[in-house]
Amino acid sequence: MIPAAFEYHRPADIPAALAILDEHGDDARVIAGGHSLIPMMKLRMADIEHLIDLQDISELQGITVSGAEVTIGAMTTQHDLINNADVARVAPIMHEAALQIADPQVRYMGTVGGNVANGDPGNDMPGLMQCLGATFHLVGSGGERAVAARDYYEAAYMTDREDDEILTKITFTAPEGGYAYEKQKRKIGDYATAACAAIVQMDGGTCTSASIAMTNLSDTPIFSEEAGEALVGTACDKAAIEAAVAAATGAIDPAEDNRGPVDFKMHVAATIIRRAIERAVSRA
Amino acid sequence: MNDMTPPSREERIESLKGMGSSRKRVEDARFTQGKGNYVDDIKMPGMLFGDFVRSPYAHARIKSIDSEAALAIPGVLAVLTAKDLEPLGLHWMPTLAGDKQMVLADGKVLFQGQEVAFVVATDRYAAADGCEAVVVDYEELPVVVDPFKALAEDAPVLREDLEGQTEGAHGPRRHHNHIFTWEAGEKEATEQVLDSAEVVAEEMVYYHRTHPCPLEPCGCVASMDKVNGKLTLYGTFQAPHAIRTVVSLISGIEEHNIRVVSPDIGGGFGNKVGAYPGYVCSVVASIVTGKPVKWIEDRMDNLMTTAFARDYWMKGKIAATKEGKITGLWCHTTADHGGFDACADPTKFPAGFMNICTGSYDIPTAYLAVDGVYTNKAPGGVAYRCSFRVTEAAYFIERMIEILAIELGMDAAELRRINFIKKEQFPYQSALGWEYDSGDYHTAWDKALKAVGYDDLRKEQAERVEAFNRGETRKLLGIGLTHFTEIVGAGPVKNCDILGLGMFDSCEIRIHPTGSAIARLGTISQGQGHATTFAQILASEIGLPADSITVEEGDTDTAPYGLGTYGSRSTPVAGAATAMAGRKIRAKAQMIAAYLLEVHDDDVEFDVDRFVVKGAPERFKTMKEIAFAAYNQAIPGIEPGLEAVSYYDPPNMTYPFGAYICVMEIDVDTGTHEIRQFYALDDCGTRINPMIIEGQVHGGLTEALAIAMGQEIAYDEMGNCKTGTLMDFFIPTAWETPNYTTDHTTTPSPHHPIGAKGVGESPNVGGVPAFSNAVHDAFRAFGLRQSHMPHDHWRIWKIANGLGLHG
Repeated sequence: MIPAAFEYHRPADIPAALAILDEHGDDARVIAGGHSLIPMMKLRMADIEHLIDLQDISELQGITVSGAEVTIGAMTTQHDLINNADVARVAPIMHEAALQIADPQVRYMGTVGGNVANGDPGNDMPGLMQCLGATFHLVGSGGERAVAARDYYEAAYMTDREDDEILTKITFTAPEGGYAYEKQKRKIGDYATAACAAIVQMDGGTCTSASIAMTNLSDTPIFSEEAGEALVGTACDKAAIEAAVAAATGAIDPAEDNRGPVDFKMHVAATIIRRAIERAVSRA
Repeated sequence: MNDMTPPSREERIESLKGMGSSRKRVEDARFTQGKGNYVDDIKMPGMLFGDFVRSPYAHARIKSIDSEAALAIPGVLAVLTAKDLEPLGLHWMPTLAGDKQMVLADGKVLFQGQEVAFVVATDRYAAADGCEAVVVDYEELPVVVDPFKALAEDAPVLREDLEGQTEGAHGPRRHHNHIFTWEAGEKEATEQVLDSAEVVAEEMVYYHRTHPCPLEPCGCVASMDKVNGKLTLYGTFQAPHAIRTVVSLISGIEEHNIRVVSPDIGGGFGNKVGAYPGYVCSVVASIVTGKPVKWIEDRMDNLMTTAFARDYWMKGKIAATKEGKITGLWCHTTADHGGFDACADPTKFPAGFMNICTGSYDIPTAYLAVDGVYTNKAPGGVAYRCSFRVTEAAYFIERMIEILAIELGMDAAELRRINFIKKEQFPYQSALGWEYDSGDYHTAWDKALKAVGYDDLRKEQAERVEAFNRGETRKLLGIGLTHFTEIVGAGPVKNCDILGLGMFDSCEIRIHPTGSAIARLGTISQGQGHATTFAQILASEIGLPADSITVEEGDTDTAPYGLGTYGSRSTPVAGAATAMAGRKIRAKAQMIAAYLLEVHDDDVEFDVDRFVVKGAPERFKTMKEIAFAAYNQAIPGIEPGLEAVSYYDPPNMTYPFGAYICVMEIDVDTGTHEIRQFYALDDCGTRINPMIIEGQVHGGLTEALAIAMGQEIAYDEMGNCKTGTLMDFFIPTAWETPNYTTDHTTTPSPHHPIGAKGVGESPNVGGVPAFSNAVHDAFRAFGLRQSHMPHDHWRIWKIANGLGLHG
């Protein structure tokens, strides 16, 4: 479990980081908390000649909450996110989800940017960001651009990000209504067997908006617009929730792994989605 | 009251912190401050590092090995292959089970991760780069991971080295992948009982392959001093003396020129009993280079290649009367041993003590046969926190009892009660050949059932089933019962040896003139707290405070010879040696006291921490005074000094037992579970340190939880290990670990000097069936008989699905 030799870079600002990326192209990778990349390097499944550590870049740090507008710097750790009272207040679903990621030791190092950027289907934040309708901000040699979280993921470890781009921050408008992040895992530290983020807004007993997204049930996070639509305009009664569950499970394509076979995962996914919606409705 | 008031007898007992005291662990000050000294902490001048090139294939022929690119890497000094070891006769080594094992792949590989070449370099990083650069040309061969398929007529030949050998270390081999057949009990008589029985329950019970996975993996530092010809070998050895003898026999180095040291060991659980290729290669590399060589496994190496545990397919038949009185037990086990038979069992017991599988029950007739089989999996078969295959035996009988209860339509607690060996039957001769020393099962059982409110639990369970059937809940309630009997403390030299080394153990005590002492033992603690508990035994035996007694183990240059620590043998064997050595000290002290008090030897008696003149308690000499006199006063007819040594050959095994009850909630839709209650009553005979016992029980139960509920070493059909990291190999954290309630009864062993039986492994042995039975019991009302472990989420879900509980 020893990685091959690599050059370690620690730039102090974004232009310096981009310059190193430009210079080394495919041979260089940025590193945030390292929880995905370092194990791959130790297993020698990833051979990175130039590692660019982003931790000294102050522009990538920090959380700002202004009214309902939330900005999270890419290098914000899960630990910082959990301990941010403003986030817990305006976006409690994020607080709830972050607490279900791995364990405290991992959360001290693991970052929000790292969690969403590289397209690991097991990570919790991508599904959550899709549920929230978040925007990812990227910067590269061609300048800055913004991509919707719902458009960012293409396949496992394949995203809309170009090799010479760095994810700098995530922005979203804190949602109104009830919420839940429901996750089944084998143990602390494991990826989800199935997980679901749900946000439901009710007005006078009628659902006015609903957003449902899922984690680790396909090779990308899955946002199910149809699941949300199945709830809108209803009282979120049993029939409506079942329609939403059916829509959501219709959008996933889980693969067999050590967590279990596909029929099991489909059943558990339905159960977890149902529980997420029910809990979100109960809080709406 | 004034300062001169002598302490009361109770105060004197208290101040010794002897047996029965929950003395705090003396080791913990060191361990909790990061001041332990583990093998990987050892650094020597000029030390080199070794690392293995390992096979990616489970079965392949090796066509060539090209080391050129590796040797070109700066820092890489050598690449050893089987060809380099062959002239030394070290390309193969004997296993503890009478088989032999490749040290480095000799022409072919038999399991994924097998050692192919050993790269020696100036540092770890260069060694790892060197391993990456060695080019091995493999030709893949057909893979067998199923022991039943391995015995098919046309199954590929795994062990070509054994071709044509119809006789193995344990009798005839009937197939090219067959290792041995081992039998106990009466075959024909048992078959007759089964044929004529009123009720027979039959089932296949699989105890899956898992791994001890100690926190610290295996490793060593070998240092050959070419000037004085001495080899020092530091390593994670559970049996340092046995390792020294084996190294001497294999290498030809005289035993006095070998020093084996087990420093602090971060958990063993059986994984560190055997000899691994890393040890041999490190020794060879040190001899070749003249420098110390360190080899340390990483987690994947440890999980994928060092000794696994279990992997027993146990086909059982149990016969009974309609009223539930068991009349016979039959068991045929197919044991998957992997590519080499490297089980760690006493030599005469190739299936360990599997013949304890009649458990806690008075079963008049029984028969057991075990077939050992080669497959393309890692070798091993160690006793993972249990005495040689006892946990397999306990799981088997405790499942068979539950299955019989289903067959009879009886309550499983009651079925156990009517079949327990009765208190007055001890010493009890079992149908499969053991003499149980002592027990009081009914008392323990009734105490356990009462403690959990068993009858109310059954009522609640029945109500839950009704509520489930009405659609009001999706959770079921399981009540997991277990009454286990262990067999530990191997063992009597007359039938217990490993590679011819008798399984006695030892203690050597030296009392210092000022009344403190050092005791050295042939065992080695891996976290059990020997430095704490053995001092307590001595404190009670010789009347010096435990705090004044140093306990030292693990250095073969200083410690007396012993067979080490595994199979709950330390307290039953070395603990007995400690008490016996203490009694020798006391016998001499008695003569000295009598001389000092000017009375006859028989006129003084031992009292806590002193010898007193009988009938005149004011006339006494404390052990402290006696120690000083032993060295500094000329006593006619008595040599100076106060030392003793005892080598203890136990007359019998000890038979700890316990009653465990697990109450579990199961979610039929997700397959998740919640342990609502776990009650563990242990009877380990005399209790030396209740706090340490409780800690041992908590730890063992947590390992049992892991094994029953998710931990496994699994292979795909190509022989790829699917569980080589802690992502997939389940180790519970505090989050997954439930609360445990511990309790005890005390039935001393009649043959052990202090009546102690050993406890470290009981919770693993009894815990696994308790958790597993709880899962099965939750589904009993819906028709479940048997479902194999581990009971992880998807397998529990599969049970519910198979029983039609998902609508």
